[in-house]
Order: sequence, then structure tokens, then C-alpha cells
Amino acid sequence: MTTIQEPSVLREQASRSSTSWRKLLLWAAILFTLLFSLGPPLWELLTSIKTNEAITADSVVYFPSWNQLTLQHYIQLFTRSQFYLYIVNSAFVAVVSTVLCLGIGSPAAYALARLRIPGEQLVLACLLVVTLFPYILLFMGLLDLVQAFGLANNYLALIIPYTAINLPLTILVMRSFFQQLPRDLEDSAKVDGYNILQMLWQIVLPMTLPALVTTGILAFIFAWNEFIFALTFITRNSMKTIPVAAAQLGGTSLFEVPYGPLAAATVVGTLPLVLLVLFFQRKIVQGLTAGSVKG
Amino acid sequence: MTQDYIRRREQRTGWLLAIPAVLMLLVVYAYPILRAFGLSLYTENLSTNLEAVFTGFDNYVRLVLDGRFWNSLWNTAIFTIFSLVVELVLGLGIALTLDQAFRGRGPVRTVAILPWALPTALIALAWRWIFNDQFGVWNDMLINWFHIIREPVNWLGDPQWAMVGVIAADVWKTTSFVAILLLAGLQSIPQDLYEAHAIDGASPWQSFRQITLPLIRPQIVIAMLFRFAQAFGIFDLIQVMTGGGPGGATEMVSLYIYATVMRYLDFGYGAALVVVTFLALIFVVAIATFYLSKLRTATGVEQS
Repeated sequence: MTTIQEPSVLREQASRSSTSWRKLLLWAAILFTLLFSLGPPLWELLTSIKTNEAITADSVVYFPSWNQLTLQHYIQLFTRSQFYLYIVNSAFVAVVSTVLCLGIGSPAAYALARLRIPGEQLVLACLLVVTLFPYILLFMGLLDLVQAFGLANNYLALIIPYTAINLPLTILVMRSFFQQLPRDLEDSAKVDGYNILQMLWQIVLPMTLPALVTTGILAFIFAWNEFIFALTFITRNSMKTIPVAAAQLGGTSLFEVPYGPLAAATVVGTLPLVLLVLFFQRKIVQGLTAGSVKG
Repeated sequence: MTQDYIRRREQRTGWLLAIPAVLMLLVVYAYPILRAFGLSLYTENLSTNLEAVFTGFDNYVRLVLDGRFWNSLWNTAIFTIFSLVVELVLGLGIALTLDQAFRGRGPVRTVAILPWALPTALIALAWRWIFNDQFGVWNDMLINWFHIIREPVNWLGDPQWAMVGVIAADVWKTTSFVAILLLAGLQSIPQDLYEAHAIDGASPWQSFRQITLPLIRPQIVIAMLFRFAQAFGIFDLIQVMTGGGPGGATEMVSLYIYATVMRYLDFGYGAALVVVTFLALIFVVAIATFYLSKLRTATGVEQS
């Protein structure tokens, strides 16, 4: 072959090979992202449905065969340790604090967005800084309050802090939603003789439902996942939340670590959140970015 | 006159609407911090029969001389720095991947944010199981798949490997948060910037360096600021995975505070530890905010 190829053909070939390389790289990155994100939870799921013999086999059993499959860990979890109670506790505390947080946070967000109250900038700056506080800085002072008001082993000892720790994000996200609402609507409502509370309840609230769902999901996730307050303020076994109860499952006996039930507990405790992510992925991303970037 | 009246009424309603939230935030955030400042000047522990006795700055002197405190601070610094660096690189990689157009992008994005949403305490259990010395899958993979090691390693029982282990678990848990924030930044970059740059003959690497990185710098700073605060105060992950062990090798400041208060009932000293941690946090936040505002004004000037 002595013919010289046209430069344009050469360039085309080069770009074609570079796009196929890019494609390969892209799919490798996608595969990595999937394996990275799914690996550990899937491993817990696989462990939770394996028999004890398969879990402690000499060489690791990756995919259990039919006779290595079992539901005994789940059964043990619910018969021996009242695990359903922990689910109920977690759900109750998370739902109540989420509702409270939306109920208290939205009016405050509206005030910050619409009614020019003095000290608005200071309040906003404080809210932003406060979202960064680790809970370890708060637990000691809160323990003091819990003891002073006799709230130990009372759901309020969790509901009040959970409501408060979700308030900053709720207020910041709701405020940016309120700012996007057209003002005319509220003005015409005022002309029609609504007072502010009526207007909020009957006109503004229905329009902000999507925003409430977004912030509500985030608040629920944070409340469901919280550990240190639940560990400190609740000591009665029947009132514990899932993260604490599961973490304390392993510590009961030194010689026989219940790997299977531990895995089953992890699966049960993460399942509600997996479902939330599956159904509300978009809303979660929206809320997170609005809360931290725009706020 | 009426204008003024309306204005005042509006302000009053505004405060009425905001007061429940403000009260709640004062109780849960301001009270514990202020109380820690006050209590840190007292000794209140078993030697004083849990009575608060004013001792001035004794707790702070003790803190300066306390080797265990400096050890926990060092551990926290190592944990925070390595976690943040790895998360930034990995998070940026994932964000760039999720920003490309490909079939099935929606489901992949959903999977990618999953780790962020799961409870840290339960994830710590999962990683403890992965790093198990006898039956752990990590040992098995290294021995039988990659042939990197011959004998199983007790990852969480070895002082150095335990730190690597908790960092790995934290990276897994929070990289998705970094990726979400960076992805939002990537999506806000107008596409024609890249096209114009490519026509000028820039390679993809050059446009990444000259367009992408500078334009998402605010998101990088914000993501790192959030991650710094969370990593610096990390508690649940370490408490469940190693309990601070082996031999204090993964004891973070937060675990030391918790033990000081809950195990040794040394409330005054615990308060001093809280104060110092709080001040360190505020210091870094102040630097980051200053840097951010400088960034914002700089890009603002460029645009105008």
C-alpha cells in the first residue's frame, strides 16, 4: 500500500477510535459506579438469606445454592428479639418529627421569604452554620435537658431534637420555594380579605405540596438514621430505634456472633430507605442541592 | 402612616410565624453550646461527687497535657483528610460519569445516591462483616481472586489497617453526597462553552482543567465544607465498627468526648472538649466561607 490516505479520512478514523475508547471508558465507569454502590448492601442481603453453615464455610459462599437458602435469620430476628418493636419505634419517631418539622419550619420559611423581618440575614447565616454542627457537640447539653425535664425513655427526647436538627434544611429549602411563588396570588388573596394564616393554609400550602414532600423525605431519612441521641436518651430496650438496636445485637455474646441475624437486621433497617430512594430519587437530589448550594 | 402600620403588622406576623422554629433551634443548638462554655470552667466529676466546683481554666490546662486528647485529635485529622481527598476524587469521577448521556442513566443515578441514604450505624455493621478476619469477603477476594495476600488479615484488629478500614467505609457512605453536589455543578455549565473550546483545538483534558474545574469550584468548596464538618464529628460509624479500637487506634475526638461524659462521668472536662472541638470547627468554617465569598465576587467580576 503506497497510496497516501486523505487527511480527512485519517482524522475520521482517529476520532472514531477515540470515541470507541471513550465509550469503553464510560461503560467501565458506569460499571464501577454500580458495583461500588450496590456491593455492600447486596452482600448483606446475600448473607442474610444463607444458612449458618454457608456463612461460616471455609471458603466464602458467594451465591448460595438452593439447600443453603434460609429465612431463619429473619424469623429469629422477629421471634427472639421483638424486632418489629424497633421498626415501629423508628417509624413513629421519624414520622412525628418530620410532620412537626414541616409544621414549624414552613411558616418560619415563609416569614423569611416574604415578610421583611429585621435580622433576616443573621438568621439565615446562623441556619447555614448550624447545619454543619456535629451532634456530638449537642448531646451533652441535651442530656442535661432530658434529665431536667424527666424525658429519659420518652419518645419526646428523640422527637424534639430530630425536629430541630431538620429545621435548618427545611427552612432553607422551603424559603427558596416560597421565593419562586408568584406574589400576585397572595396580594389578591389579601384584597379578598384573607388574613395571613388563612392565606397560608388555603392558598400557599396546596401550591407548596411538592416542596413539602421533598423536604419531608429528607427529614424522614435524617431522623430514621440518627444514632447518638437514640443511643444516649433511650435505654429501655422496648423503646429503641433500629440503628441502635441493630448495633447492639452483636455485642450480646462474645463467642457466637450472630452474623446472620445482624445481616437480616441491616436489611430490614435499610429497606424503607431503599424504597424511598427508588421512588423519590429526583426529589432527594433536588432537596439536597437546594439546601446546600442555593441556600 | 398606613404604610408604616402595615409594615409593622407584617413584621409582627413574621416573627409570630418564626418564633416556634427559633425557640426550638435555641433549645437544641444554642443551649448545649453555651452551657458547654460555662461548664468547661467547672470541675464536675466523681471526685467532686458530681457537684460543679469552679476551677477556672483547669480543664483547658489538663486538655493541653492530655495525650489521649491529642491522639484522638490526630486520628480525627488523619481520618478527615484522607476521607475528604478520596471522596473528592471518587465523587468527581462518579459525577462526571453520571453527567454523560447514556442509556439507563436514570436508574444508575438512583443507585449512585443509595449509599448516602442508608443509616450509617447499619452500614458500619455491613463493613464490619466485610472486613471480618475469619469469614470476611474482603479477605477472600484478596486471597482467591487477586492473589495479593496469602493469609487472612485481621483488618479491624490491626491499628493501621483499622484506620484504613473506617476510612474505606466512610468513603463508601458519603462519596455519593459529594457526587450529587458536584453533578449539580456540572449540569449548570453551559454546553456551548465546551463546543467553543473544542473548536479552538482544546483536548478533553484541557477543557476539563480550564472550564470544568474552575466553574464547579464553588460546589467543590461547599461539598468539602459539609464533608469536613461531618467527618470531623464522626461518631456512629466508628462507634459501631471499631468502638475506637484497637487500643485507641481509631478513637476520634467525638468518641473521646462520649466516653468522657458517659463512661467516666467527667462532665466539666467533657464540656471543655466540646468547646475546643466547636472552636476548631468554627475556625475552618470561617476560612471556607471567606474563600467562598472571594470566589463568588471573583466570578461575578469576570461575568460583568
